[in-house]
Amino acid sequence: MSDFEYANAPESKAIANISPNYGLFIGGKFVDPKKGKSFSTINPATEELLSKVGYGDKSDIDAAVRSARAAYTKIWSKMPAKERGKYLYRIARIMQERAREFAVVETLDNGKPIRESRDTDIPLAAAHFFYHAGWADKLEYAGFGSKPKPLGVVGQIIPWNFPLLMLAWKIAPALAAGNTVVLKPAETTPLTALLFAEVCQQAGLPDGVVNIVTGDGITGAALVNHPDINKVAFTGSTEVGKAIARSISATKKTATLELGGKAANLVFEDAAVDEAVEGIINGIFFNQGHVCCAGSRLIIQENVADEVLEKLKKRMSLIRVGDPMDKNTDLGAINSKEQLNKIEEISKTGDAEGANRWSPDIKLPTKGFWYPPTIFTGVTQSHRIAREEIFGPVLSVLTFRTPAEAIEKANNTMYGLSAGIWSDKGAKVLWAAKQLKAGVIWSNTFNKFDPASPFGGYKESGWGREGGRHGLAGYLISDSKVNK
Amino acid sequence: MSSLDVNKTYKLFIGGAFPRSESGRVYEIKGANKKFLANPALASRKDLRDAVVAAKSAQSGWANATAFNRGQILYRIAEIMQGRSEQFVEEICALEGITTKAAKLQVAEAIDTWVWYSGWCDKLSSVSGSQNQVSGPFYNFTTPEALGVIALFAEGKPSLLGAVRTLAPVLAGGNSAILIASESYPLPAITLGEVIATSDVPGGVVNILTGKASELLPWVGSHMEIDGVDVAGLNKKQEDEIKLVGADNLKRISRFAPGNHPERILSFMEHKTIWHPIGI
Repeated sequence: MSDFEYANAPESKAIANISPNYGLFIGGKFVDPKKGKSFSTINPATEELLSKVGYGDKSDIDAAVRSARAAYTKIWSKMPAKERGKYLYRIARIMQERAREFAVVETLDNGKPIRESRDTDIPLAAAHFFYHAGWADKLEYAGFGSKPKPLGVVGQIIPWNFPLLMLAWKIAPALAAGNTVVLKPAETTPLTALLFAEVCQQAGLPDGVVNIVTGDGITGAALVNHPDINKVAFTGSTEVGKAIARSISATKKTATLELGGKAANLVFEDAAVDEAVEGIINGIFFNQGHVCCAGSRLIIQENVADEVLEKLKKRMSLIRVGDPMDKNTDLGAINSKEQLNKIEEISKTGDAEGANRWSPDIKLPTKGFWYPPTIFTGVTQSHRIAREEIFGPVLSVLTFRTPAEAIEKANNTMYGLSAGIWSDKGAKVLWAAKQLKAGVIWSNTFNKFDPASPFGGYKESGWGREGGRHGLAGYLISDSKVNK
Repeated sequence: MSSLDVNKTYKLFIGGAFPRSESGRVYEIKGANKKFLANPALASRKDLRDAVVAAKSAQSGWANATAFNRGQILYRIAEIMQGRSEQFVEEICALEGITTKAAKLQVAEAIDTWVWYSGWCDKLSSVSGSQNQVSGPFYNFTTPEALGVIALFAEGKPSLLGAVRTLAPVLAGGNSAILIASESYPLPAITLGEVIATSDVPGGVVNILTGKASELLPWVGSHMEIDGVDVAGLNKKQEDEIKLVGADNLKRISRFAPGNHPERILSFMEHKTIWHPIGI
């Protein structure tokens, strides 16, 4: 008997009008970098060149900050809040209109499955603007005093794992609160940010309110260290987050930092196993595991570990790895050669330190950057694969006997971004949720995101929250009444 | 014939006990009239580390006490302070050289500060938490939780009020504290320790050190089990220094506007968001 095979279901690239060259978006226009340098961005699934984008240096950052400052002083801070909100609504609507184009460009530039960019990244990004649009003229009701004020010019640096969504998380609340921004997209995924610049133009957003300067870490450092920004908002590694905290330590700049994670995903003996297995899969293999809140440490109660692992392996064998543009693809390409090397390097320590590696028998494409879905069993808490963020489709499995041991292991990390709990017993779920030192707890679900839901970490996973009422705090100066 | 005064030995307050500094060091405090007042302990790095151990082990018990219980204990501190008012007034007058009237006002304000923060304990998640309207079949809510161990550099003057203003909000949020009293005006802070020791505050929740902020500062900044710092008593240069060192574990470091406000509580709390599906 032959298996039923999926037929190819490719999304068309035709909708993506990627220009062969992009300048920097400063003062409402695309301009050439002052030094005329550019760099390539490629499709990580094929290694084909997609476009050459401008490389912004210190002088370009300076021009962008000046443009943002002028827009803040002359226009954005004087505009009635209601009108500010209407610009954000316009942006949300145009993003929805152009959603498919955004999804295709995102998948080409990032390597994530089109199903995810189409159904998750782009709709959530648009929703983020729509949600924050509504806050713009209601800030006095948000709990930060009767006249909360914006900070001024905000420098924002975003990662490559959710390029447009992270842009939305940064720009939407900043603008709603009345700030202007200079945003630096990730080096390997600049294209949807540049497409977003076009959306700002179509929306008629006043020049300089949003500035986008593409480049690398040096560009980002120039932005962080620019004397005329009031705040840094950064999503990325804990290492870079700490460096930013140090470099602004003697300044008046504030910061929100969304950093790394090593989330525990706890499966208790009374969990619904089939649902838990789906949750584990989503927790670690969503977006190739390039997720700061990925459930990368699976901690199973010992008496159900065999059953869970057997079902997990069976389910992993059904993951479809390959062409991100195929609508049936579950696991796309690793975003860059550099990231692939990092995943390989840390995973090899799992072998060396005595954990047992398992991957389903899957044929990987020959071109591009790929890594198979992988689990390590027999992992101990001191293994590097249990401590360090791998940022790839690699799951470390540990076990526990008592609930107290589960919490002990889950909290044994410098990170505290997210955690998962699988149990059908309500009191136990809430008990565990209370004990876990993490900013986002998914109980009987995983990797859910919403503009209304605050996101951010405890401990070394960062400072502040993004999304919801709590996320506004990072973009406002509270004038709440002092008692006496 | 009047009898000779029995003067108090001012010691540290760590883990519910009043030890001398392990270093054996003291330093001299003179009153506003330049006369000798006391030889408080000159706390060392080791004293700080002992205080962190005490604070860390007491913190979860304090955070897990009911908010109503915490509120009552903070109120109890106010009650005990009221009974000791005269002692505080005398101490403040001698140290700061202010009038009895001004010292009485300071003590009254310190007592009111405890009462004000006492009432906050069981209202924090109503004011700062939320149930979030996510677009899907999920119950999603956000609540504030204590950050952990907080180091407080108290202001010099007002000596008692400066200490209370920084300590009370941190306790209200369920954190444990290491109060580093002002180098020049430390005595009321230690007497405050005596109040706390008799107010049902579990040992270790409050620890009080006297000595040099400049000596303790780098060790506070680099200690990986201190989660937050109130820099009220530090100058700008010291604040910059602790921010630089504190980046090693991303300490939450704050300086607050004068007066009492919930921001002082909430800046040393984390917000946790919990999702759960709705369905049958």
